[in-house]
Amino acid sequence: MQTDAIVVEEIVKAFGGTKRRWLPGRRRAGDARPEKTVYAVDHVSLRIRKNEIYGVLGANGSGKSTLIRLLSTLLIPDSGRASVFGHDVIRDEQVVKRMLNRVSVEASFFKKLSPFENLMYATRLYGLSGAQAKREIPVVLQALGIPEDRIHRPLEQMSRGMQQKVAIARAFLTTPVFLLLDEPTTGLDPRSKLDVQEFVLRLRNEHDATVLLTTHDMAEADALCDRIAILDRGRIVAEGTPSELKAQAATPELLDPTMEDAFMHFTGKSIEEAEQEEAEPVAV
Amino acid sequence: MARAAHGKGKGLKTMTVLNASGIAREVRSSYAFVERNWYLVKRYWGWELAFFVYTIASSLSVIYIGKAQQVNQNDLVLYLGIGTLVWAYLRAVFDAISEMITWERWEGTIEYTFMAPISRLTHMLGTAAFSIVYGMLRTALLFVALALFVNLDLSRADYLGALAVTLVGSLSFLGIGIMASVLPLWFTERGAEMTFIISSILLLVSGVYYPTDVLPGWMQPLARISPATYFLDGIRRSVMSGQGIAELWNVLLPLMLMGLVSIPLGVWVFLQVERLAKRTGRLKRNG
Ligand SMILES: Nc1ncnc2c1ncn2[C@@H]1O[C@H](COP(=O)(O)OP(=O)(O)OP(=O)(O)O)[C@@H](O)[C@H]1O
Ligand SMILES: [Mg+2]
Repeated sequence: MQTDAIVVEEIVKAFGGTKRRWLPGRRRAGDARPEKTVYAVDHVSLRIRKNEIYGVLGANGSGKSTLIRLLSTLLIPDSGRASVFGHDVIRDEQVVKRMLNRVSVEASFFKKLSPFENLMYATRLYGLSGAQAKREIPVVLQALGIPEDRIHRPLEQMSRGMQQKVAIARAFLTTPVFLLLDEPTTGLDPRSKLDVQEFVLRLRNEHDATVLLTTHDMAEADALCDRIAILDRGRIVAEGTPSELKAQAATPELLDPTMEDAFMHFTGKSIEEAEQEEAEPVAV
Repeated sequence: MARAAHGKGKGLKTMTVLNASGIAREVRSSYAFVERNWYLVKRYWGWELAFFVYTIASSLSVIYIGKAQQVNQNDLVLYLGIGTLVWAYLRAVFDAISEMITWERWEGTIEYTFMAPISRLTHMLGTAAFSIVYGMLRTALLFVALALFVNLDLSRADYLGALAVTLVGSLSFLGIGIMASVLPLWFTERGAEMTFIISSILLLVSGVYYPTDVLPGWMQPLARISPATYFLDGIRRSVMSGQGIAELWNVLLPLMLMGLVSIPLGVWVFLQVERLAKRTGRLKRNG
């Protein structure tokens, strides 16, 4: 049975310009500078099936992270709806929070605390008992290839790749049924990339998780995702399985296009060009 | 799986969880903040130590002003000693809770804490519990350190009275701390500095080192609405003149009232600003 686990309907999030005024405030004459509104996510609709790995591809600033924040209750949409396993992300916020976790590009930990201390904190927030966490943290970290002697040393001493693995451990330990991965492999070496990808597959296969993954890596998306949406300036411009998307990009001259070619076909630019055009200093 | 474990909230979404197991779970989760902050104190011990030495030095430099006087020397030393100790305590409580957001924005963990399935009340409860325990330990250590330098005469003290004032008085500081903690969410650039302004104004108007009647008339109302004024008055009366709980009702009552007003108000303000931050994208983005 294929059921829709995640449903997003016509969701919109804009930044700037929509500023709500707390005081009815007079506007001074010189104040006319109109604030520029950025539609980070612009009427996006999508459905993710249970147990699916759903990829979102897009250049810098195309709205991938904003979409993830809307789903993880960190942003309130301007309009539209999103639900996770039937629970509205706004109305049933707490229930939704219990079901999901996220891994972002930046590992986001207390730098001076050790992986163990950081994970104790994180797991307690999700209701694990101290004893249970103490048992499970070392096991999961070792499964991810973190050497035992690193577990109690400050996290800031670790390489980025290792920190990212600790972030994955955090998500794993809280047993999410919906996992949001925001460029989890960006900046990792090929070996660590594979480790992380393997882990994502394990989470899906053995732990029944549903995964939303964003990436800049076309090959990764091709290999990992069941279905892919291509996001361009906050809008979905294409959606389908990797082979469907590639097939649509095929031309008499290019019979066997890559994911890269497909991206180009739908956005009119290669991912590198798109990055250069849209790169904005604030988009992390 | 864990879906069933959580009570569904209707009206007070963020403050829900009304069944017993839910409450037990939230209390357990709130310990996450106590433990984490304790880890942070341990890992930043050098900074803690430096700040502690700074507190001893600045306390003593005030207390010696009393010692330099010819008349009433002992009373003055005690008066100023209580001022520095109480202020050190209140400052520790206020800082620990008002830094709740600043610190996490700085570390870049705030999105993960705000994404966790706990009510904001749990978050605050944990932070408040830590801040009070931390404040008390630190103040006890400070007392021991100061006693090595000057004679703080506690022979007349009514400890029960002092304890009552401390516990009841902490409440309103928690409330103010919670309100101050949202400033960095609202004013993303200068929020931390603004909390600093709040604590320095409290220091000025609350009679920490002098009776509030030396303040100019227009400042008197500020002194009267500052919970620290009553806190200090209560501690001085219990420690210096041995007044017990019964005699201290006229500080305990206002402190209680201020706590009952400021905590719910603080929580309400916090929830409003949290919503605003989620609407405008002002939580610190990390990745
Ligand atoms: N909190 C915010 N406040 C203001 N603008 C924002 C905020 N979050 C995102 N934006 C803007 O919205 C747009 C989309 O940003 P977003 O971070 O979602 O892109 P992205 O696809 O994740 O990019 P990247 O590949 O660089 O991570 C950008 O123009 C960005 O500047
Ligand atoms: Mg992003």
